[in-house]
Amino acid sequence: MRTFLFLLEKEFRQMLRNRQLLSILLIAPLIQLILLPLAADYTVKNIAMAVVDQDHSPSSRRLIEKITSSGYFKLTGYTASYNEALALVQRDKADLVLQIPAHFERDLVKENAKDLYISIDAIEGTKANLGGAYLSSIVSDFNSEIRLQWLGPAAPDATPQVTVAPANWYNALLNYHLYMVPAILVTLVTAMATMQSAFNIVQEKESGTIEQINVTPIRKHWFILGKLIPYMVLSIIVFTLGLLAGWAFYGIVPVGNLLTLYGALIVYLFAMLGMGLLISTYSATQQQAMSLSFFFINIFNLMSGIFTAVDSMPDWAQYIVETFPPSHFIKIMRMVVLKGSDWSDIGYHLGAMALIGLGLNVWAILNYRKTV
Amino acid sequence: MKQLIVFVQKEFLHVFRDRKTLLMLFGLPIAQIVLFGFALSNEIKNSKIVVADYSKDPVTTELTQEIGSSRYFKVTRALESADQIDAAFKRGDIKMAVVFPAHFSDDLTHTGTATLQVIADASDPNQATTVTNYLTEIVGSYNAGLAQASGQPLQIGTQVRMLYNPELKGAPNFVPGVMALVLMLVCTMMTSVAIVREKELGTMEILLVSPFKTVYIIISKLMPNLIISIINLFIILALSDVFLDLPVKGSVWLLLLASFFFILTSLSIGLLLSINAKTQQAAMMNSLMGMMLPTMLLTGFLFPIENMPLPLQWLSNLVPSRWYFIIVKRVMLKGLGFATVWKETLILAGMSLALLTISLRRFKTRLQ
Repeated sequence: MRTFLFLLEKEFRQMLRNRQLLSILLIAPLIQLILLPLAADYTVKNIAMAVVDQDHSPSSRRLIEKITSSGYFKLTGYTASYNEALALVQRDKADLVLQIPAHFERDLVKENAKDLYISIDAIEGTKANLGGAYLSSIVSDFNSEIRLQWLGPAAPDATPQVTVAPANWYNALLNYHLYMVPAILVTLVTAMATMQSAFNIVQEKESGTIEQINVTPIRKHWFILGKLIPYMVLSIIVFTLGLLAGWAFYGIVPVGNLLTLYGALIVYLFAMLGMGLLISTYSATQQQAMSLSFFFINIFNLMSGIFTAVDSMPDWAQYIVETFPPSHFIKIMRMVVLKGSDWSDIGYHLGAMALIGLGLNVWAILNYRKTV
Repeated sequence: MKQLIVFVQKEFLHVFRDRKTLLMLFGLPIAQIVLFGFALSNEIKNSKIVVADYSKDPVTTELTQEIGSSRYFKVTRALESADQIDAAFKRGDIKMAVVFPAHFSDDLTHTGTATLQVIADASDPNQATTVTNYLTEIVGSYNAGLAQASGQPLQIGTQVRMLYNPELKGAPNFVPGVMALVLMLVCTMMTSVAIVREKELGTMEILLVSPFKTVYIIISKLMPNLIISIINLFIILALSDVFLDLPVKGSVWLLLLASFFFILTSLSIGLLLSINAKTQQAAMMNSLMGMMLPTMLLTGFLFPIENMPLPLQWLSNLVPSRWYFIIVKRVMLKGLGFATVWKETLILAGMSLALLTISLRRFKTRLQ
């Protein structure tokens, strides 16, 4: 036990001595946490619209005005032909094209029905879908207005209508930062914990000092524990600083219990440090450890549901995501911070993380014995 | 010149001797492109929802069915009472709850309107807005059906056409984005260790006192990584074509030219990091901790850049992958030509030139 404390002291000292590294570890995450949530805004607004008005009637002008004054669309082109409008779409100057065909007004009156044409740049699925949905609903409002105007109040919408009363719980103002800050904090802690533990043992391998440690009487699990504890402490500090920054810059105060949050964090770090350890047992050089860490962290970042919905993925991908510790911890963070979920609500995710963590650590220890 | 060739040969030997690293440098980017290409999409579909139906009449049954059969929603269960909604949200297993009040059908026929309540879990505001909109759309088309049935006059219809990606797949947006992200980070990371490793091992001193030109040292360090990255690019393009049905619609040569400058820029960033770092660990932490998230967010494939506050929009101009993403989208997906991407290509060329010049300067000052 005493040797272990000495080892722990040595590791802490080494960590504190490396100023360049320490500043990267503490300052870089904080700056990113403060700045990056501002970049993560998916509110679909300012949809750039090009209009091809071949009708030039009072109705077509009124429709265009109604669309642009809705707040969702901005008119970025008013062209004479569809091809000119398409050129704007090609250059990303317009997201969609609204085409009002010639004789739109006249045909509407004569034939009682007439279509508008909407062409959407669908490379970005969500924007396309939402843009189309907004435009359709504006057109249908416009349609009722026209009916009322031309047929008079005597002929109102005689057909029954189902209306929708929407409500937004937990975040009534739809503040996107509330959602992103906790998740970005998780990605920063993830990157730090995984890469640090992945590096450390490899570094000793590369510089040859691991041979020396292996011939000392220290037991391997103490050695590994001595390596992991400083990073666990550092990760908890970064997490705490991150929570404080989230409160100071974004006014985010967790609705749920902090104890729940930190309890889950420790289980999570157990899993991620185990993952880093596992990577280090498979790597011979720092570059290899780095490539592997990068590979997994990148996959975690893009697939754990931080930026895109996991529900929309194909089933096989959803099963894979289930084995990612970050996907569970991000859910826990968002649930506790935003909705005030408690132990029983997060039980499944906590159990999953603990199980995965146990698996990773056992695997790492088995593999460590084999390689050294 | 002979010196240079010998140098480049030496660096190549180093890289190709380390089979494990080489395997990773090729294998990992490819695995990511395939994984992301198949799995990711910005679309929100299959959202799990619950329904609390206090009316249970033909209209609510039909509406529930329409909602459930759309690709956007998956009705997981029926709630007995609306009190259970909060508990379901807190466990995090549903995104939205639909509540039909009692006498729904009666209200619709007698008063002309009936209101259904939609409660979204707005802890995710984007998803909440989207699912609410989708539901409103479904109700809207139900209403349109009612209107048509009663022969309403003056109907304005809309014909919607989805350009470039009619099936609204995720890959067309994510493959260019992930290409830009992965290529840039792998290039930066590979080079970030190049110089600092020699410093750490002490071999740098030997190089610095030798009569070799610093330019040669730098070129020879970049060369193997450049070749590896270009091979990676070819593999990625082939995979996209074969597995993801995303061929290069425009000129392959144009894409290659732009890719060359993009790769060179990314390698130069790594070089600069390497020259400034004291240890390999610091260099790599910088290249990943410092660059991964900003690159991911500021490339523009996850979040629209025009939504960002101005200072971040300016910052995004400095991220090379932002420009490359635009080029790949235009040349590969839309099949456009040089006239639409010359500006972005020029920016990348300028960036690589500037970064290389700075690297060379900083490298020289280390000699003193």
